[in-house]
Amino acid sequence: MIETASLHCGYGDHEVLRGISLEVRSGEMTGILGPNGSGKTTLLLALAGVIPVRSGTIRLAGRNIRGQRPRWIARHVASVPQRSDVSFPFKCLSLVLMGRYPYVDGWGRYSARDLDAAVDAMEETRTSHLAHRLIREVSGGEAQTVTIARALAQETEILLLDEATSNLDVARKIEVFDLFAEKNRAGATLLCVMHDLNLAALYCKRLVFLKEGRVALDGPTVEIFNDRNLSEIYGTQIRVSAHPVTGAPQAHFVPRGNCAPTDRASSESVSGGGKC
Amino acid sequence: MKGHDPIPDHSTRELIKSRERRSLLMFGITLGLMIAGVVVSVFLAACFGRMNIPDAAVFQVILSRLGPYQASDLDPSWMVVVFDIRLSRICLSALVGLALAVAGAAFQGILRNPLADPFTIGVSTGAAFGASAAIFIGLGADQVFGLGLLPLAALGGALAALFTVVALARVEGRLRRDTMVLAGIVVSTFLSALISLLKALDEESVSSIVFWVMGSFQGRGWIHVAFALPYTLVGLALVLAYARELDLLSLGDTQAGQLGVDVNRVRMRILLGASLLTAAAVSVSGVIGFVGLVVPHLVRMTIGAEHRPLLILSGLLGMMALIWSDVIARVVLPGGEELPVGVVTALLGGPFFCMLLKGKKEAVSLD
Repeated sequence: MIETASLHCGYGDHEVLRGISLEVRSGEMTGILGPNGSGKTTLLLALAGVIPVRSGTIRLAGRNIRGQRPRWIARHVASVPQRSDVSFPFKCLSLVLMGRYPYVDGWGRYSARDLDAAVDAMEETRTSHLAHRLIREVSGGEAQTVTIARALAQETEILLLDEATSNLDVARKIEVFDLFAEKNRAGATLLCVMHDLNLAALYCKRLVFLKEGRVALDGPTVEIFNDRNLSEIYGTQIRVSAHPVTGAPQAHFVPRGNCAPTDRASSESVSGGGKC
Repeated sequence: MKGHDPIPDHSTRELIKSRERRSLLMFGITLGLMIAGVVVSVFLAACFGRMNIPDAAVFQVILSRLGPYQASDLDPSWMVVVFDIRLSRICLSALVGLALAVAGAAFQGILRNPLADPFTIGVSTGAAFGASAAIFIGLGADQVFGLGLLPLAALGGALAALFTVVALARVEGRLRRDTMVLAGIVVSTFLSALISLLKALDEESVSSIVFWVMGSFQGRGWIHVAFALPYTLVGLALVLAYARELDLLSLGDTQAGQLGVDVNRVRMRILLGASLLTAAAVSVSGVIGFVGLVVPHLVRMTIGAEHRPLLILSGLLGMMALIWSDVIARVVLPGGEELPVGVVTALLGGPFFCMLLKGKKEAVSLD
């Protein structure tokens, strides 16, 4: 359960979030969408307690996070950052084990239980073969999957994903989101910041659109994911049609001016005899 | 996630666990060897010196002072030379090597910069300036009283430099690692200029100031060990207590925070601990470069980046590195003159560090 009430956050003179009120119930999988600079990443950072709240409140699991210890928050919320720069030669397993930091004892030791949780997370993300490779020696996509494994090893109720799959290839992207959906069915609450509108519509039942630090639109995907809303928020022409298999709404961007350089017949069949 | 995993789950898990057990065993063996290496280094280093004393007699003297072993027919002057002059100096260089290497590893982790160390962020020069300023206003004049105050002045200088650098590097309430290294360079360049100014104004104590800037163990004894030890132990305890947090902080503040580290508090404590180690070292030996830079780098290349083993093994390797650098400083010149040990570490560490830097550049360009 995540609740924010007229949340304001920012950096220096720049106020990024300007009054976000949002309620995400346990077990929801919600996509956070919006143009660049709309405050998506800042919202996730605020929810994870790593940037200070200027005004308003954030409540996690029924408690105001102001004054909560970072370890408490990290036992309830795990984050997957957009990218993770590791300057030092850590083993992938060591990085996944860092997800167990909120549970370590006073001496900073990982228990057998922590090792099990880390290995579980690596097996779920199919990265266990990388366990003893150095993070610098694996590919960017593999490193990102290791970061996802780290968040799963935290065993939290809430997962905050910030473009978690943006540098994975299509197959891995779907695989990872299938895993997220599975976690969601098992009770996890997921908040996914995404640029990929269609991936969001495919997996998230609810979408929240941010624009200029405010909630522009919030509702069930099937209701709000339509031509008019998307075109208005993104400021470009967007058409929506049903996914051929799942029936989820999918967005199609319409180039300005002329159609794509295909022959007229196929262009007409694709656009369904539309104006373009 | 899917059923087509080529390796059955339980065997992967067992493989990972057995590799973890093996690396723990390897760490244990390495630790044992390094401790043995330090002990052997102490004994062997005591055999080097201006006075010609048989090696067997050196061992006899050390053993007779350490335990119930009684040496009967030893020259009393050998006792003084080996125990009070050589051994005290060896212990001091080991202590300083330990402090500098651990401080270097801690600064590198917290600044997320493998090239950072007490010098890059100005703490060493701050300590040297504190000491030089104390000499300038006459605190160093008294042999006993001055000895007690000089290192305290070095500590004050180190902390002042650290907080100046932190204040300069704090942008919009957050510390930025690149700004911090830059601020460290600014502060240490400025303080070096001030040390030179003091040198010019007070010609009488030039040699004393040169000692602080170049680093040396010449004329140091047990009293210096006694002074540096408590500071080193406190600094060591602070840094080691947060070894796990150092792992997470080396991913950056944001991720460390997301993983549950109380970033600002933990970072200040680690910085304080590492500064304490630096100040303790600088206050008894002056500025000795490259130990805090090269030693953690070597260890990290061999055993990886996890700070718990890294800090411990860096400390032990730092001890050996400085014990032998000081032996070289004592015996390398044919005329019996001594080199400042800082010259030896810079001559040995400089080219080595260039090699590391070169290798690092190539690795980055391949990415």
